[in-house]
Amino acid sequence: MDANLFANLWLGLQTAGSFINLFYCLTGVILGTAIGVLPGLGPVATIAMLLPITFGLPPVSSLIMLAGIFYGAQYGGSTTAILINLPGESSSVVTALDGHEMAKNGRAGKALVTAALASFFAGTVTTIMIALFSPPLAEIALKFGSAEYFSLMVLGLVASMALARGSLIHALGMIVLGLLLGIVGTDVNSGVARYSFDIPELIDGINFVVVAMGVFGLGEIISNLQNETERSLLVKKVTGLMLNKEDFKAIAAPVLRGTMLGSILGILPGGGAMLSSFAAYALEKKVSKNSANFGKGAIEGVAAPEAANNAGAQASFIPMLTLGIPSNPVMALMIGAMIIQGIQPGPSVMVEQPALFWGLVASMWIGNVMLVILNLPLIGLWVKMISVPYHLLFPVILVFCCIGAFSLANTSFDVYFMALFGLAGYLFRKLECEPAPMLLGFILGPMMEEFLRRALLLSKGNPMVLIARPISATMLTLAALIMVTLMLPALRKKREEVFVEDD
Amino acid sequence: MSSVIKGPKDFWKGVAYLSFGAIAYWIARDYSFGSASRMGAGYFPTMLSGLLMLLGLLAVLRGVTRPGVPLGAFAWKPALVITASTLAFGVLLTRAGLIVALLVLIMGSAPASSRFRFEWQVVFMALGLIVFCVLVFVTGLGLPMPLLGSWFGG
Repeated sequence: MDANLFANLWLGLQTAGSFINLFYCLTGVILGTAIGVLPGLGPVATIAMLLPITFGLPPVSSLIMLAGIFYGAQYGGSTTAILINLPGESSSVVTALDGHEMAKNGRAGKALVTAALASFFAGTVTTIMIALFSPPLAEIALKFGSAEYFSLMVLGLVASMALARGSLIHALGMIVLGLLLGIVGTDVNSGVARYSFDIPELIDGINFVVVAMGVFGLGEIISNLQNETERSLLVKKVTGLMLNKEDFKAIAAPVLRGTMLGSILGILPGGGAMLSSFAAYALEKKVSKNSANFGKGAIEGVAAPEAANNAGAQASFIPMLTLGIPSNPVMALMIGAMIIQGIQPGPSVMVEQPALFWGLVASMWIGNVMLVILNLPLIGLWVKMISVPYHLLFPVILVFCCIGAFSLANTSFDVYFMALFGLAGYLFRKLECEPAPMLLGFILGPMMEEFLRRALLLSKGNPMVLIARPISATMLTLAALIMVTLMLPALRKKREEVFVEDD
Repeated sequence: MSSVIKGPKDFWKGVAYLSFGAIAYWIARDYSFGSASRMGAGYFPTMLSGLLMLLGLLAVLRGVTRPGVPLGAFAWKPALVITASTLAFGVLLTRAGLIVALLVLIMGSAPASSRFRFEWQVVFMALGLIVFCVLVFVTGLGLPMPLLGSWFGG
């Protein structure tokens, strides 16, 4: 550890601590918690909707707010999981297992505090991890050539398949579909407008935000309307927000394990909050002394996945900030936000824009403090929000999506395309096609083509260049290993079991 | 359905991949393919559409050999209502203006829910939402959306 780290963190704290940035951080985490509480509205759709609004903000403020929405949603998602057994976010699915049981036993307050404290601890550790590991990773990334970048993207896409539900053929199919959609528009090399069907708006390609809003916003609305369920609130008033000494003893080790697991899985391309929470719960169930009580309201079963999902969410910033490669759709949107602000994401951001980089890192810790302080007193407000019926909520979501889509480029064309992708998103859900890998493919498509083109140009068309360079070869080997493991019958069965719990 | 298709989900996904891949392949034939060392505009799309068709074929094969779950009902009403009111918003925004477009979007989409009952309360909420949007997005953030569109001389 060098002294530079402290200087950098100090710079970050100064940036994030300015009044305006504190304000946007607070706005972000409150919004994030709110959408985390509201089932049927996730961070992807929300960030996509708000992206046009951030055009006018300074780059740091806009990134701080968007990041706040993302990790704030992890806090909010657990509240609904505990109180009404309906996870607001996919990453809090496992929290519902024990958290809701605790609420039924009259220990809702304890479950909520445990979730908040576990998330806070994980958030703090992960913030330090980002600060520690980003500089060396960026250093390595600066040495990357086209071949390495191409292989890294292959690895990222393959890893995202591990997260997708259903068979591998379809996860792969969705990735390829995304890659193809990403190609729409002018080819940077030859100037040919590909798949544009002579529609002028398509010459610049399909806007990623439009796809995200359509698939995750509109598609989600349609499928929620198909299965409208009564949401009954179990607990009207939450009391007993204190943990005693035994509780702290019980959760200490699970939180630590959850944080570790979450931050490792979060760094992996394609990893993130959801995988982390599933893995942490599974691990805790194996190692805990209290494993007999899992599923019946074990406090450990809340602590571990909550720590893991927050750690995973925040650690997924590491590949985004150092390599400029998104590991999940939210990170893809963050990259979009940076590009809009005129910043090319990648290893050079840290050197060229230290205030932005460290400000964002420091804001995550500040945001976590805000969340833990805010969340518990505001629990009454969140409980009220849960009771907003969906048939009043969805027109509001729709309105924000439409306005957001239009203001991307001030054209109705984007609104039409969003409607189209909404319909597609619903069909994906119907056919059990996971949209997240498609979205990653969509973002990575043009980059992959460009890096492959450059790599092959330098090697005079010899594809062996991808294997000849050691870093590139390592990544491709890893990707192949993941593929093979996923195809092993034993693991395939296990994987299906894990995702069944999700339904 | 028929006895040939045992896993409808696999089968139809496969058909979708196959047709999408075939169209993409067909169009990509117009772009120069180039060579590996000098990839043309058609090189990458051709590879991808080929791969997609292959995956589609595999999925179709699986659909006819392995039994799977049925497709389940398609929610025609919400799908059509949501899509149509979104399209209507896009058409109306520049022509009739934000206020009318929002009113059509909100009141048009609300019946998509099976719990929707027409009440005056809903209309007031819709108006409140419109006022909120006008104040925040147009007055506050200055997004260039006309309150009244070209139809009203706006």
